Amino acid sequence: MPRRTIYTLGILGTLLLLYDFYRIFLVIPIDALQGDIFRIIFVHVPAAFTAFCFYGVAVYASIAFLATKNFKWDSMAVSAVEVATMFTLVNLATGSIWGRVEWGIWWAWDARMTSQLMCFLLYLGYLLMRPAIAEPQQRGVMSAVLAIFAATDIPIVFWAIRLHNVRTQHPGPVLETGALAPVYRPPFYGDWLAFVLLATAMMLVRLHQESNRREIDSLRRELHAI
Amino acid sequence: MHAAAADAVWKYFGDYPALRGASLHVEKGTCVALIGRNGAGKTTLLRILAHLSKPSKGKVDIAGSIGYLGHGIGVYDDLSAIENLTLFGKLAGLPNAKVSAESALELVGLARVKDSLAREFSRGMRQRLAIARAFLHEPELLLLDEPFTSLDDRAVDVLQKLLSGARSRGATIIMSTHQIREAMELASDVALIERGKIVFSGARSSEMLLDPGWLYRTYGEAVQ
Amino acid sequence: MAALAIAGKDLRTEWRTRESLNSAVSFALVILVLFSFAFDLDREERLAISGGLLWLVYAFAGALIVNRSFAREVPNDCLEVLVTAARGWAIFLGKAFACFVLLLIVELISLPIFGLFYNIHWAGSLAALLLVIMLSTWGVTVVGAALSAITVNVRLRELMLPVLLYPLMIPLLIGAMEMTTGLLNGNAVLSDIRLLIVYDVMFTAIALYLIDFILVI
Repeated sequence: MPRRTIYTLGILGTLLLLYDFYRIFLVIPIDALQGDIFRIIFVHVPAAFTAFCFYGVAVYASIAFLATKNFKWDSMAVSAVEVATMFTLVNLATGSIWGRVEWGIWWAWDARMTSQLMCFLLYLGYLLMRPAIAEPQQRGVMSAVLAIFAATDIPIVFWAIRLHNVRTQHPGPVLETGALAPVYRPPFYGDWLAFVLLATAMMLVRLHQESNRREIDSLRRELHAI
Repeated sequence: MHAAAADAVWKYFGDYPALRGASLHVEKGTCVALIGRNGAGKTTLLRILAHLSKPSKGKVDIAGSIGYLGHGIGVYDDLSAIENLTLFGKLAGLPNAKVSAESALELVGLARVKDSLAREFSRGMRQRLAIARAFLHEPELLLLDEPFTSLDDRAVDVLQKLLSGARSRGATIIMSTHQIREAMELASDVALIERGKIVFSGARSSEMLLDPGWLYRTYGEAVQ
Repeated sequence: MAALAIAGKDLRTEWRTRESLNSAVSFALVILVLFSFAFDLDREERLAISGGLLWLVYAFAGALIVNRSFAREVPNDCLEVLVTAARGWAIFLGKAFACFVLLLIVELISLPIFGLFYNIHWAGSLAALLLVIMLSTWGVTVVGAALSAITVNVRLRELMLPVLLYPLMIPLLIGAMEMTTGLLNGNAVLSDIRLLIVYDVMFTAIALYLIDFILVI
């Protein structure tokens, strides 16, 4: 993947993000009830959406790897999972901060946060398992299978948690798109796009790193064979 | 009539090719000695033929049931000899697994200890049990990975007896080894594998029988 | 059938050594005891946490049992030989079923002891309770057996398998815990039974489909 693409995406994403932050902090009216902390929504929710996009990419890449045995799909899967997990962490952290300011507590076991935490744990397991398998083919196959299991589990997790909105009655953020006032939508979607651009850039960097590593591995083995 | 065919099979471990376009066609009823040095790819090829491993590239075609004897013993320590063989008989779909197991144990000389747990067996007895397992269901294709390595004399006897029995009922045998002498005597055909490629495949000739090193010198990279 | 033969083999070897049964039952008992020290609860509180506590115990015991499932094939390279002798789905179903039976035994032993220690009456809606237990146990063993196959050659298998297993089981445990608490409190309402069934069906299907990829690399 040419460096230029990565830089372009990265710069575009950063610029868009900066522009959006300008809009968020200086232009749009703040929510009367929640105050300034409301602005964190513009990071919190797009981060979750971005994470889900990339979990989707990871599952697609995992299935493709099992079908084609081509390692570029394995590299894509791990890169996508890493980026998605990072954005999930951003989502959890910003949600936690918001909760602290709004409700005075760092964590509330409401439906959304709990579901997100479960996603994080599932894919954290994926990232923990990979280094424990030395042989690349085996690592690729087991990771792909695990990613598919995790992806199957996620909708069921959401369903289960929603059924029981476990723990408290704390109000979840009212964030169904639709309930979001029109004036908020441009920076919201703008942030989402910015995150996707940045995430893609990060993923490409990671992909590049993976292909270098594979090349080094292969050279090393050839050397041993001589 | 091919009993086993491998067509341009590549197998990568990571980015290292253990097999580089290996092609082998084995006729039904023959006994092939697959010869090669350590690291040449014998075990990898046999595992792929036994469907234990998928080739990275290329095709494998096997006709008929398979009996596999690999490096591992493959018997359950906590089951008795008869229970071990009955299990594998059932898995192979034999109609009367227990009876087949008993006669197999007779053949390998373990009938007296059939009810003892495999963990109590000596190494030689375990090997005979493993051999019994591979031949139990009278498979059409036998894949044996260095079968004579570290066998005691009784086990060698048993194996040779079973091999000739298998040949006489028309089974195909592919036997990997780097002990050329023993293999040459039993084999009808020979294949030489070097660095993941089959460099020679054909009938066993008198030169091979008289001078085992001849094969390496003629087709392979001889030792300096 | 091949799967039954394999299940029978697992159960027979387990019965001879009783390794995982003993450790799972002991572990379950220890957890039950420890929890009684952790909290000082009145009757209502105990009933409120009853389902949660019971399924925590079952989940921990389950991890121990499924871990052994494919691990017992490692000595003597038996897994290799099994894969040449039987189809992937038969191996998986056989082992999952053996884990199911073993875990069920552990659960049925722990249940009266749980009732004893916490003074909870569990025989009320027994049929419904057993249904919940069996459906949930199947879910645990199916996912657990698949992960056992995945982690059999992974470094630090004993540590890795629980780390991967518990998050995957969360929706199943949520449903099981809620229904069990309800049943132990005298409400025979199987509100989440659909959740359990969907979980069981989906993961059984996916595991059966992917097992060949896991066993033959």
